[in-house]
Amino acid sequence: MRPLWLRRLWAVSTGRFGLIVVAIIALLALVSLAWTPFDPQASEIRDRWMPPSWPHLLGTDDTGRDILSLIMAGARTTVFVSVGAGVVATLVGIALAALGALTARWLRETVAVLVDILIAFPVLLIAMMISSVWGGSLWVVIWSVGIGFGVNIARVTRPELRRVQQSDFVLAARAAGLTAGQSLVRHLLPNVAPVFIVQLSWSMAVAVLAEAGLSYLGFGASVVEPSWGLLLADLQRYIGVHPLSVIWPGLAITVTVLALNLLGDGLREATDPTLRHRAAEVHTPGVVA
Amino acid sequence: MLRYTLVRGALLIAGLLVSSVLIFLTLRVFPGDVAQLIAGTQASPAEVEALRESLGLNRPLPAQYVEWIGGVLRGDLGTSLLSGASVGEELALKAQVTVPLGLLSLLVAVLIAVPFGILSALQRGRRAGTALSVGAQALAAVPVVWAGMMLIVVFSVWLGWLPPQGFPRTGWATPGKALESLLLPALTIGIVEGAMLMRFVRSATLQAAGQDFVRTAAAKGLTRTRALIQHGIPAVGLSIITVLGLQIAGIIVGSVVIEQLFTLPGIGRMLVADVGTRDLIKVQSELLVLTGFVLIVGFLVDLLHRTIDPRQREAA
Repeated sequence: MRPLWLRRLWAVSTGRFGLIVVAIIALLALVSLAWTPFDPQASEIRDRWMPPSWPHLLGTDDTGRDILSLIMAGARTTVFVSVGAGVVATLVGIALAALGALTARWLRETVAVLVDILIAFPVLLIAMMISSVWGGSLWVVIWSVGIGFGVNIARVTRPELRRVQQSDFVLAARAAGLTAGQSLVRHLLPNVAPVFIVQLSWSMAVAVLAEAGLSYLGFGASVVEPSWGLLLADLQRYIGVHPLSVIWPGLAITVTVLALNLLGDGLREATDPTLRHRAAEVHTPGVVA
Repeated sequence: MLRYTLVRGALLIAGLLVSSVLIFLTLRVFPGDVAQLIAGTQASPAEVEALRESLGLNRPLPAQYVEWIGGVLRGDLGTSLLSGASVGEELALKAQVTVPLGLLSLLVAVLIAVPFGILSALQRGRRAGTALSVGAQALAAVPVVWAGMMLIVVFSVWLGWLPPQGFPRTGWATPGKALESLLLPALTIGIVEGAMLMRFVRSATLQAAGQDFVRTAAAKGLTRTRALIQHGIPAVGLSIITVLGLQIAGIIVGSVVIEQLFTLPGIGRMLVADVGTRDLIKVQSELLVLTGFVLIVGFLVDLLHRTIDPRQREAA
């Protein structure tokens, strides 16, 4: 028996598309651990700039590396970064939302103002700040998107959390002897989870874009790590001679981001019953590369 | 209104303070030894010590912070650790590329978003409306750097209409050439940002269409479209203004990547280079200027919204 929200998600066309594509990307990443058509880092100078054909389905690059294999291996990095950023965003988001909703008044208000301030920080600038200190790496992307979007999540979740906290059943549970921590885990978090998961899906889309942008700028993946953004930067140097090869990594990024965005839209429609009768609002995407 | 301005102004000042402290602490406390970094690994301990002394790194952090901010308030953004050049002067020079680029991008974004957003709302449920919103959804997922590459392929490699990269050495002394080299970059940022803005325009228009005053106008004999255009669009304009603040942050971020792609000598490209060479004083002041700009624009947008929307004033 599949849970209700999953069946609802499947019933919404955007959700179904998002779910399928995200699953395919994850599968590609998983498969690439064991098998890719060619070794993604092996260059074969004789085979450079092959057009899309058998056995190089998407062609080869300037050193004869197989582009399909590079994209499959790059999916690994994309999954790693977006899941990592999702985890950090969750932790930062829950912590800030809980501090902003459940604590003493002065602390609550201070945290709320702080969140209002931090939300203006573009993710890319956070990433540049961290990179100038520790140098670039995939962890920079994870931390900057995680922090940047954690703040976003906190802002959206906080009013939800306050609403639930003041509802009768939570007050009754507290009166019956549940501690604040117990009620947070047992009642509050499960009730704000729908809002949360939707934001999480969108923040993972931002993470994919940020990874590509930062790796392109040289602050993300290192040269030996497979990355779609890095591949874009590599292929860009030959754009005058081989203009079409840049299509593939860009397409991979676009499809992944689109799928995560649509998954978020679908999740929201599936979990929020009030939405089904209203014209869908537009979410505010985070500001990224 | 005065009360609102004061409260919002206090939030702006708090925002500037918090961001300056965050930038300062991140760049100073964590990076280990700044002096060692500049002097290089070859330097003797005495040389490093002398450098540390001359940079004022021996003094307590609060003193360093106050000195930095004091300078910024007097208009002195410090000097580069590596070249010794004035950060303020260099920023002013690079702004001659980045500011026109930003304004052009904003123009493109609005020109795309407003007509297409309204159209897609009017055509809602029909084929054209669906096509427009699917297109906007897809474009909003495109990485800005890839959009730029595709435009280079079409307009420079295939058609040969516009230069693929670079900015004339003569700068704005040759305005035609300068403008020409900004067209593709502005188009790139404008299209991607415009796609996001378009979704806001669409939902704002739909929201306006459901308002009582639009329904009344339609009931009194206007067609639904005319009622929406005459009475609903002013309300749409208001909500677009609030989103523009967000767009400006998006354009700043977009320009960092796009200046790199098109090798434009702007603020974004300078920031990327300085982060690469770890010119910490420069990075610190540049980040403060950029975040300060985003915060101040947000403040002005809020005030503007308040001033021209009578409902908000009444509610206060």
